[in-house]
Amino acid sequence: MAEATVKEVVQEKEPLFGKKEKKLLTDPLNDNNPITVQVLGICSALAVTSLVYPSIVMAIAVTLVVAFSNLFTSLLRTYIPKQVRMIVQLVIIATLVTVVELILKAFNYAIWKQLSVFIGLIITNCIVMGRLEAFAMANKPWRSFLDGIGNGLGYGGILVIISIIRELFGKGTLFAGSPAALNIIGPSNEINKYWINTASSSGFGHWVGSWYFNNNLMVLSTASLFIIGGIIWIHRTYNKKLVDIS
Amino acid sequence: MHNTRYTLIFTLVLTIVSATILSLLFFGTKDRADLAAKIFEKRAILSSVGTLLDKDVSQMTDQEVLDIFKNQVEQEAVDAQGNVVESAKITQSGYNGGLPEDIEMAKERKKPEDQRIYPVYIFSANGEKVYILSVRGNGLWDEIWGNVAVKSDFNTIVGASFDHKGETPGLGAEIKDNPAFSARFRGKELYDNQGQYTSVAVVKGGVKDPDHQVDGISGATITSNGVTEMLYRGLKEYEPFFNKEKG
Repeated sequence: MAEATVKEVVQEKEPLFGKKEKKLLTDPLNDNNPITVQVLGICSALAVTSLVYPSIVMAIAVTLVVAFSNLFTSLLRTYIPKQVRMIVQLVIIATLVTVVELILKAFNYAIWKQLSVFIGLIITNCIVMGRLEAFAMANKPWRSFLDGIGNGLGYGGILVIISIIRELFGKGTLFAGSPAALNIIGPSNEINKYWINTASSSGFGHWVGSWYFNNNLMVLSTASLFIIGGIIWIHRTYNKKLVDIS
Repeated sequence: MHNTRYTLIFTLVLTIVSATILSLLFFGTKDRADLAAKIFEKRAILSSVGTLLDKDVSQMTDQEVLDIFKNQVEQEAVDAQGNVVESAKITQSGYNGGLPEDIEMAKERKKPEDQRIYPVYIFSANGEKVYILSVRGNGLWDEIWGNVAVKSDFNTIVGASFDHKGETPGLGAEIKDNPAFSARFRGKELYDNQGQYTSVAVVKGGVKDPDHQVDGISGATITSNGVTEMLYRGLKEYEPFFNKEKG
């Protein structure tokens, strides 16, 4: 009898970061990607991806919000009355988004300015709500947190891919508008210092600009629909697990 | 299953907790955010005279921005009739700080035209005075605004800077993000050869009148038109001031 009890205790004590936890992080990057497989969060993927830099900041903000709202919802999951669970989840998400917004506003005003509208839009991002309903309401806090991080990254990765294609072909630049502190783009009277810039008067950008004509379709949000479609196509071609066998 | 009483209490507690957290955070960060907003605004004002500064505005520290504002910039407020108004009048108009920099163009726009007051920043460098004027209008999604610096002949534009509340990144937001756009305004003129007020227009597809037109942003026609309208109306409101200064 005594041995059996000991065994049970050992079984219950799972490692803090084992195989299951790792799967939670990597699954949304590929097999269960929020955009290409779950088809969530398309709206913001259309709206913010015309430039790389805002897309990266948006990806970080969404990752933080999904992770922490997953965590808090999971902590409260046994106390949340089932009838009002959606509204409770919404309150948690909205509170976190406002916290992110207030902190950005006080400590990095320039970025807050750039993203003002889109930060508010995180509240309506289907990924956040979707993960709360599908995962956090039924799982333990630590795993929910990891699931949030994984989904945020899976979302952000697609966002960055789309925005690189769109900015490069639509505007002939990369990382335009990023703060001077990152040294990714030079000060405003030295526009030659973009990483790639078809409008510059010297260097690689100038050579590209001499024969490449910016594709204005890429600047419009319509372009992301085509690109997401293309990404889903490529994703399914290489990942056989995603194809319906029936 | 939870009963109604529990549900009510739960939602009430949750709401109170989150409201308390948010209001504490709001007031805790308010001073910092206000200061950051002021400095941000001053950077925008200075970047309209970017060509006259030895260092790019985006590379300056907050302190440098404040120093230039203290040493080289004189601020005035003018009313719709072109008279320079006192600090008391600014306070009376609803700005407790009493400084011209406290004037919010967004509030002024809602007042009747003859009661508005406008800020004027006089930047002096190398013995030359440059007048920086504030304008505000509508873009596609929300308000857009800008600062236009003119020489003391009140005709030639030295530079401009624009900003917006919610234009689309990569499209309308280019008025701020793309330094090449505001650079196009340098050297443009407000009055034509006959002395008629013409302002500067943002046009699509080919500039025909290089003194009064600049190239627009492709894909952002409504924002471009908004800039045209904002400049025409906004700078015209300063006309009485121009005339008084010219004497």
